[in-house]
Amino acid sequence: MTIIGWLQISLLFLAVLAVIKPLGLYMAGVFAGERTLLSPLLAPIERGFYRLAGVDQTREQGWLGYTLAMLALSLAGFILLYGILRLQAYLPLNPQGFANVPADLAFNTAVSFVTNTNWQNYAGETTMSHFSQMAGLTVQNFLSAATGMAMAVALTRAFARSQVSVIGNFWVDFTRATLYVLLPISLLMAVVFVSMGVPQTLDASATATTLEGAQQTIALGPVASQEAIKQLGTNGGGFFNANAAHPFENPTAFSNYLNIFAMLSISSALVYTFGQMVGSRRQGWTLLATMAILLIAGVGLVYWAETQGNPILGALGLDPAQGNMEGKEVRFGQAMTALYAAVTTGLSDGGVNGMHGSLTGLGGLVPMFLIQLGEVLPGGVGSGLYGMIVFAILSVFVAGLMVGRTPEFLGKKIEGREMKFVMLAVLILPLAILGFTAVSAMLPFAVASVGTGGPHGLSEILYAFTSAAGNNGSAFGGLSGNTPWYNTALGIAMLVGRFAYVVPVMAIAGSLAGKVKLPTSAGTFPTDTPLFVGLLIGIILILGGLQFFPALALGPIVEHFAMLAGQTF
Amino acid sequence: MSHKPVAPSLVDPAILIPAARDAVLKLDPRKLVRNPVIFVTEAVAVVVTVLFLRDLWARPAEAGFSGQIAAWLWFTVIFATFAEAVAEGRGRAQADSLKRTKSDLTARRLAANGEIEPIPATMLKIGDVVIVEAGELIPSDGEVVEGAASVNESAITGESAPVIRESGGDRSAVTGGTQVLSDMIKVKITVAPGSSFVDRMIGLIEGAQRQKTPNEIALSILLSGLTLIFLFVAVTIWGLAGYSGTVLSVTVLAALLVTLIPTTIGGLLSAIGIAGMDRLVRFNVIATSGRAVEAAGDVDTLLLDKTGTITFGNRMATDFVAISDVTPGEVAEAALLASLADDTPEGRSIAALATGEYGFKAPTREADAVVPFAAETRLSGVDLAGRRLRKGAVDAVLKFAGIAHSDAPAEFHQAVERIARTGGTPLAVADGSRLLGVIHLKDVVKPGIKERFAALRAMGIRTVMVTGDNPVTAAAIASEAGVDDFLAQATPEDKLAFIRREQQGGRLIAMCGDGTNDAPALAQADVGVAMQTGTQAAREAANMVDLDSSPTKLIEIVEIGKQLLMTRGSLTTFSIANDVAKYFAIIPALFVATYPALDALNIMGLSSPQSAILSAVIFNALIIVALIPLALKGVPYRAAAASSLLRRNLLIYGLGGLVLPFAGIKAIDVAVTALNLV
Repeated sequence: MTIIGWLQISLLFLAVLAVIKPLGLYMAGVFAGERTLLSPLLAPIERGFYRLAGVDQTREQGWLGYTLAMLALSLAGFILLYGILRLQAYLPLNPQGFANVPADLAFNTAVSFVTNTNWQNYAGETTMSHFSQMAGLTVQNFLSAATGMAMAVALTRAFARSQVSVIGNFWVDFTRATLYVLLPISLLMAVVFVSMGVPQTLDASATATTLEGAQQTIALGPVASQEAIKQLGTNGGGFFNANAAHPFENPTAFSNYLNIFAMLSISSALVYTFGQMVGSRRQGWTLLATMAILLIAGVGLVYWAETQGNPILGALGLDPAQGNMEGKEVRFGQAMTALYAAVTTGLSDGGVNGMHGSLTGLGGLVPMFLIQLGEVLPGGVGSGLYGMIVFAILSVFVAGLMVGRTPEFLGKKIEGREMKFVMLAVLILPLAILGFTAVSAMLPFAVASVGTGGPHGLSEILYAFTSAAGNNGSAFGGLSGNTPWYNTALGIAMLVGRFAYVVPVMAIAGSLAGKVKLPTSAGTFPTDTPLFVGLLIGIILILGGLQFFPALALGPIVEHFAMLAGQTF
Repeated sequence: MSHKPVAPSLVDPAILIPAARDAVLKLDPRKLVRNPVIFVTEAVAVVVTVLFLRDLWARPAEAGFSGQIAAWLWFTVIFATFAEAVAEGRGRAQADSLKRTKSDLTARRLAANGEIEPIPATMLKIGDVVIVEAGELIPSDGEVVEGAASVNESAITGESAPVIRESGGDRSAVTGGTQVLSDMIKVKITVAPGSSFVDRMIGLIEGAQRQKTPNEIALSILLSGLTLIFLFVAVTIWGLAGYSGTVLSVTVLAALLVTLIPTTIGGLLSAIGIAGMDRLVRFNVIATSGRAVEAAGDVDTLLLDKTGTITFGNRMATDFVAISDVTPGEVAEAALLASLADDTPEGRSIAALATGEYGFKAPTREADAVVPFAAETRLSGVDLAGRRLRKGAVDAVLKFAGIAHSDAPAEFHQAVERIARTGGTPLAVADGSRLLGVIHLKDVVKPGIKERFAALRAMGIRTVMVTGDNPVTAAAIASEAGVDDFLAQATPEDKLAFIRREQQGGRLIAMCGDGTNDAPALAQADVGVAMQTGTQAAREAANMVDLDSSPTKLIEIVEIGKQLLMTRGSLTTFSIANDVAKYFAIIPALFVATYPALDALNIMGLSSPQSAILSAVIFNALIIVALIPLALKGVPYRAAAASSLLRRNLLIYGLGGLVLPFAGIKAIDVAVTALNLV
């Protein structure tokens, strides 16, 4: 580890810190329906949409209506995207003449983008037409991100309000998230990316003759526009197979910085929005502090593990000071790869700028574990916030009794009904991750997809289902996922991870909104103190650790200790 | 006084022996299914027992290990049922003495035609009227409809002095099992058989009829959810291990599962609830539902009657103020003499102050004439050795002395005003036409009550004083007692309105009362405590009855409610934190044969995989027994702000729960190895 490396890392976190408050306040204004900076320009457009769709923006929905609207939109998005992929050969903007996407891959991809996962069992530059990339994938990048934000805002309202049955209008929240937040920032960012040399064209691939005289195809397309929302919406699905390790997606050190900054900014600012809307900015900062501590610890651990390198290679005469450079872009080095790897998994982004499968045992453990913790550091746009709130409710319940009162969070009593839905939500990740991994580990044709033998192979399967169920989308590499089994199983894992989680969360929102908001007193369990940060970290780590420790022990943990003992797989 | 709350000994064989028998009876899966965590443990124990029997026959070499695991799994279940049985046993011991008084009673029912027919007490219905004479036991809870009698209620309250029960008014309620000492009363039965207070109390303590409280249900959901998660972890680990060619036996997976699911809190949960009820009973409070006890822990505002709770109830003399050339001693002497024949508490307090503080002795000479207090004259006094000593209301005494109001010295007016302003009552003292001074009578706040209110405030509980006094007097006493707010000149309607207003703001209110006019407020309050001496209406409306009829009890009730919740939370935290160490014992043990490198996780240095697994299972079982005393007694309670309570309990039960099992499992491993058990 170097001082420069840590400086780079700290500078990025400081930059994110600087935008949290202004962006958070802006979003609070947007979701409260107040006049904001962009209202003169966008308000007429917004009203036009409502008129067109017949939405009465003053009419709010109960939790069930809100959730059903969200599910309907997601289903429509899935059908649209699935249709585009299956029919892309007949659709315009297909200069390379790519064939229709096969059914199982189209299912997997459509689910993947609708659930904000962006797991890619295909290589973009050799599978998807420009139309599929733009009208199919990029559109869903916006919709899935806006959906996540809407859910988080609805849950936030449940804490802010007292004894009401409505938590907002999904169509309004969703439209505002897209129109006022995602679109303007994406536009700005796409232009910056173009200025740095990221391609933005509808042309076909270029063909070049290399110095050796070989023919090389250089894939091009509308990359910059997709790159912007890919990061802002914590989607992570790259235009190219190599994702952000590809020079056209991530041409410079600055673009690398901008990538990481973009994924962190909205998710982090939304936590501030939460604090603002529930009337306790301090609560927002408390949650942010929890996220930051765990995330920075994750970055540090990956960074440390990678600079420590592999003692076996050291014994073979490699300079140990180089650390582990396998699978990394030399342009970015260990610090920026470590930062990217931890952030992309602490979030629900899933874009990568290096190969996670090539990280050391410990280095690979961290991204996997961060996803398994539920992607709450700070997590996907919206989904990270509601995931963190579920953890906060759980912490308040377990430890809150210790102060001798029925536990309450932000003045809302946490009782049997809430606990039922919290447990339903918490059950989803282990069910999807461990269940599918265990089944895959026992199916010979599923094991055949594994790229490496030994515990690393198990890590590949475990990572794939972790990434899918967590709606992350990053891959460990090695696993050949484009098979009917993985396309289907991963698709189901993504669906379950997104919707089976968010429906109970929305039920919690409905239940909490109806409760009276209690005043705080000295007897109230304090949830905005350093002690609560510690408690929350403890609960997240212990609960996550207890669920996944046995599986991790058989994968990355054994790899780590075996490497120290001079054995690799 | 009432019998003080004395906890029965934890190692009383009279409780432990029947509890051991009950613990075995409770293994019935139909009963155990109410407790999902322990039910799963029992199911797993059955499976491992079957495997042990198979091993005995097919693989005798492994039977020693699976046999021991099976045995300890059964111990785990039995320890859990034993904890519940002990808690029930202790509660039953409290209830049994009451129960005994109830059985074999014969009631004399007044039939419609006016005849008296003997009938077993258990056959009495609501509305029946029975006749009870001196020496007889009252057959069931009811209301006196005719007559008055002195009743010995010591069986219920422990108070040996008899109390008067009479028809009409606020003292008409009688309790089954208490004895009429004099006279004859007609009692109208107000409860159905089996639902009198004693019956209800027994029902709340005995597990079979015990309803889970809301918080208990929520906690059970958490524990069931965790059990489901770990069931899933244990099942999938078999598949994951299969990938690397490790075949895990069902026995070790069973061990893994049982050590991970929260058996500690699962096993102790109902014992904690029962013990909470039992603690309440020991404080002579009967709750009609467990829900009320929990609500007590959540209370935000205590509505306390001034009289009897905050003050002693009678105004007492605290000072003699002399005017002009009179010395305070002269005033004291005059006041003492004027109060000689005054037998009211106020008069006695004047005499006590004069003899105590000023050292006067009551004269032996009989008074020439006694002027008793009368509503028209509003003064009292004596004529003694030619002196005409009077004390009483200021204007009455001035009139007696023949002094016009405006002629009284300014000093006198100032003293009177000062006393009135601070909520006291001024009494003027005169000797004939000579005005001597003023007696300061005031409502004396009970010693120590201010500190208790401060402690409550630290816990976030507001205290509101309710009084019939005027606002000036109320404010003075409120500030002296340190209450947060007061309701002056409060009518029962005011109380009800106040409670509703507070509840609309989301606050939980506790109050106590005894009169029929208190009933609506008692019913509206989240925790309503009726006095045992109160009317039947009040007792029906309340969700708790205080057998000692002590209004201060409300504070203890809140503390018991809080302690109950704290105990649950602490043991839940402890139970979950324990899992970390168990993983470090079991995971390396499961896989070290396949991946020797994983021995690095064996940070406790346990001697062998089998010993590691067995030690974890043994620790898991023994910790339940070790924590039974804590579950029954409750975690130490202290009045403090939530943040400091949290810090303290998190340190003890969170961090302690994390660290303790490392030491415990290691110690058991050393013992297991030394004894060559595996």
